[in-house]
Amino acid sequence: MTDLTVKNLNLAAITPKLNQNFNFTVPAGQCMGLSGPSGIGKSVLLKAIADMLPHQGEIYLGELESRSIPAPKWRKKVALLPAESQWWYDRVGEHFSKFDEALFAYFGFDKTVMNWQIAHLSSGEKQRLACIRILMNQPRALLLDEPTANLDKENRSLLERLISQYQCEHRIPALWISHDQEQLQRVSDQILVLNEGDYTIHKNSDKPHRKPLQGECA
Amino acid sequence: MIHLTPWDLVIASILIIMLAITSFMMQLNIARQLLIAASRNVIQLLLVGYILKLIFANTNLFYLGGIAAVMLLVAGFEINARQKYPLKRWVGFKIGTSALFLSSFAMALVALLVIVAPTPWYSPQYAIPLLGMLLGNTMNGISLGMDKLNQSVYQQRLIIEQRLMLGQDYQEVIQDIRAESIRTGMIPIINSMAIAGLVSLPGMMTGQILSGTPPVEAVKYQILLFFLITAGTGFGIMLAVSMIARRLFDDRQRLSLALLKIKS
Repeated sequence: MTDLTVKNLNLAAITPKLNQNFNFTVPAGQCMGLSGPSGIGKSVLLKAIADMLPHQGEIYLGELESRSIPAPKWRKKVALLPAESQWWYDRVGEHFSKFDEALFAYFGFDKTVMNWQIAHLSSGEKQRLACIRILMNQPRALLLDEPTANLDKENRSLLERLISQYQCEHRIPALWISHDQEQLQRVSDQILVLNEGDYTIHKNSDKPHRKPLQGECA
Repeated sequence: MIHLTPWDLVIASILIIMLAITSFMMQLNIARQLLIAASRNVIQLLLVGYILKLIFANTNLFYLGGIAAVMLLVAGFEINARQKYPLKRWVGFKIGTSALFLSSFAMALVALLVIVAPTPWYSPQYAIPLLGMLLGNTMNGISLGMDKLNQSVYQQRLIIEQRLMLGQDYQEVIQDIRAESIRTGMIPIINSMAIAGLVSLPGMMTGQILSGTPPVEAVKYQILLFFLITAGTGFGIMLAVSMIARRLFDDRQRLSLALLKIKS
């Protein structure tokens, strides 16, 4: 059971528009939606929480402060799924240490995907594979930057269900950037609206109670 | 040995002038650079000829140290020139010069104290040409390796960030680029070692033969020099590239391109 807590996080040095101090908690198992005009710095905020950008203030995962462990360890725990994933080897399989059959099958991939060439992947395939890649790292918190921007309706709802399932199974917090207000209302327990110089957080009472894929998670 | 008269050099310079005129007529936009480089060549070499004459006349460790320091600083400065994504001037100079110093001076000392061992060991007739060749080649190698490193990191910055995001250690992330950069820097010297004698006669050997040294003596010196230069270049590149690769990441293993001077 680990909450994600941000204390006095300030990013003015990176983006002058973001001169507010961030103080919020995403409770374990819950999802905080992030919305706000484009270019306001939502992605910058997520990157800072993953300790990918220099910042003022502290970030805690449970009792653990980000700077108290080596950065790679923090990033494995607090995993950021960027809007556009990058792939550096020729074939899909080279980016994975093993084949998790259930996870791949969930998104409609079988074992042959490991041999596919990166150059031939569609943006939607890349996005689904990136989602699998990040979940296989067993993160303790998820930072999702428009994870469904390149997905069709069917895959979008598959991804939403998978994330919510993973979250409730492992009781982990998530932050979710989206420009799709309906999506934010489907997935978030609270929504942070980012504006120039400040932000507001409100509860999202519209979140539907979704029947989980398996087990007793809710 | 046949001595060259000023007229001999005038004839050779006419060739350069003809080349300049032809490139001007072909609008190659290089005539000016060619003439400037040729003039610099004459002035620098004549100057160094007279300075060497002076230094060879008094074997003195301080004179030698002074000359060596000037050579090192110029080479260190030139490493960072003509790069596509150069390092910030002071950082580039610092890293380049320290890598040059450690590798070239170490090789020169090995040669002077252990292998050739002239008396005294700092006898300038041996020390200066040796150091010059070591510095020149190592400078080239470091410059190539650094260019490759900075360019690859800049072009692959999104991939590097993605790999860091996935929790990979910076050493793991930069490993391939670092290896490729060191390899790039070492290719020229390995090439020239491999073709020496079959395609090209190395400059120093040619010079010694022209001035009357028996070919086999000249060959022995050339082999010694090749090995020293290759070792010096290789270690120098490894040092410089590793130092830069390390400094491209900050204390929290974030890619930090602040080290590069990005031309926009």
